[in-house]
Amino acid sequence: MANNKSVFFNPLSKDNPVLVQILGICSVLAVTVKLEPAVVMGLSVIAVLAFSNVIISLIRNTIPTNIRIIVQLVVVAGLVVIVSELLKAYAYDVSKQLSVFIGLIITNCILMGRLEAFAMANRPWPSFLDGVGNGIGYTIILVIVAFFRELLGSGTLFGFQVVPQCFYEAGYANNGLMILPPMALIVVACIIWVHRSFNKDLQDK
Amino acid sequence: MASLRNYLDKIRPNFEPGGKLHALHSVYDGFETFLYTPRTTSAPAGAVHIHDSIDSKRTMIIVVLALLPCFLFGMYNTGYQHWLALGATSFPFWELMIYGFLTILPRVAVAYIVGLGIEFTFAQIKHEEIQEGFLVTGIIVPMICPAEVPLWMLAVAVAFAVIFAKEVFGGTGYNVLNIALVTRAFLFFAYPAQMSGDKVYVATGTPFGYGTALPDGFTGATPLGQIATQSGPSLELLGLDGKIIDTWQAFLGLIPGSFGETSTLCILIGAILLLATGIASWRVMLSVFAGGLFMGWIANTFASPVYPASYLNPLDQLLLGGFAFAAVFMATDPVTAARTTTGKYIYGFLIGVIAVIIRTYNNGYPEGAMLAVLLMNCFAPLIDYCVVQANMRRRQARLTSKTARQ
Repeated sequence: MANNKSVFFNPLSKDNPVLVQILGICSVLAVTVKLEPAVVMGLSVIAVLAFSNVIISLIRNTIPTNIRIIVQLVVVAGLVVIVSELLKAYAYDVSKQLSVFIGLIITNCILMGRLEAFAMANRPWPSFLDGVGNGIGYTIILVIVAFFRELLGSGTLFGFQVVPQCFYEAGYANNGLMILPPMALIVVACIIWVHRSFNKDLQDK
Repeated sequence: MASLRNYLDKIRPNFEPGGKLHALHSVYDGFETFLYTPRTTSAPAGAVHIHDSIDSKRTMIIVVLALLPCFLFGMYNTGYQHWLALGATSFPFWELMIYGFLTILPRVAVAYIVGLGIEFTFAQIKHEEIQEGFLVTGIIVPMICPAEVPLWMLAVAVAFAVIFAKEVFGGTGYNVLNIALVTRAFLFFAYPAQMSGDKVYVATGTPFGYGTALPDGFTGATPLGQIATQSGPSLELLGLDGKIIDTWQAFLGLIPGSFGETSTLCILIGAILLLATGIASWRVMLSVFAGGLFMGWIANTFASPVYPASYLNPLDQLLLGGFAFAAVFMATDPVTAARTTTGKYIYGFLIGVIAVIIRTYNNGYPEGAMLAVLLMNCFAPLIDYCVVQANMRRRQARLTSKTARQ
């Protein structure tokens, strides 16, 4: 099952949906101001992606080609509603912070990309691994970006103060730009920079 | 001078391939070409190419010279505002100058050390010559910030601007945005408390223990900062001594503000030097002022109490804040400005218009010159493209009409 292994591990780095395929950028900008919503968002995407991949893969041979996008959307939308309701029931504060972005998972390019490119042509088990792998690849980037943005922008991690008070007394100040969306792009760019310099085969000639 | 030349020639072998200091060859090269005409030029001796001695290093030095009046005045004004805030009645010239000099010196040093350090490092890594662009940026950055901007913030901002606005695009000459303005914009958005408001524009400290400290929380707003908080049709702009700031004072520049940009008089002296040597484009400069006057006139004609700055007369719009400095030293940056002749007029005019729009109609930003120049930096290539395309269409039309007639 070497193939399944690469299906699962490739999206973590070599074929990362954010770093290499440059998908799902807008949600990376939107939900990474704090770590907590970023983690919840990542978990939601993993769940939706894995199960929609499985469902589409199960019914892939019965979907008429002309309406496949609509079918995919219906499946994703159904799963997103379930996730959204669960969050409202068990993590109300976080779902408030994420506001529309849970709903917007439907339009996340990673979802459509994986369904079209993988689930429509593969059996359920590899599709499941592909969904989980891509979801984790996405979550890793989300967490890294949120880590730097929350640490430098608010001086906290998961809401706990980590920059000691004496820093502020000595003249340190939180970087307000980190909380604004442009800085998320630059942090993502830096991650891509580091990632490319370790993976020379990904560099553009 | 000959001994310096000899010394450089003597230590040269160390920096050539195989020499023990080869790793620092670009540093050597940078200093040598800074002091003397480069040893190698693109054509061998006796060839027909003509080389102007005004290469980019000399260009940069002339810009620095043009900035000098503003810089000296900034030193005086920093001291003057400080003395004024202390309630002094006599203003000893040299003490004011020394106070201003000691306040700004660490900022200039930090800007140059951080900026040049990054430039040198990148040049070494990429095996290129050191690019000279930071020579001007390093002096402009402290001049467009409040005199007491914290050093570490300045260092972070300069590092950010040089890496992300310049080096990743390929270095001097390839940047889309003006580096000094990116530095300032970074400071403005990242640390608004230290970069705007009424607490930062008057130096309160005792640099290297010199002078008398002002109490913490001393407030002294810039004229534009005062306007943003006023209401009603009569504007009252007060200096720190409680006297009204008139147009003449705004022109001279003895008002609170960023270090180097208060004095329109000194900026004009710099402008004359830049124009006389042909370094800066008079088209850009003129059209920025024209745009500012035009938009200032429109705003003033349709003045409304909701936007207090619209009661400012158009001339004062040009004299207050960073407008004149941006017009003369920022908008004319040849790398980031439009390059076509018509494009320069459009580019400059829009900078003037947008700067006044921002400062008038957005009460959150008392000054808009920085944002206007950065915005138009982004549009400069588009303006050039449109101008070139329009020219091509016109010539094409002329050609077809000519062939049709034959």
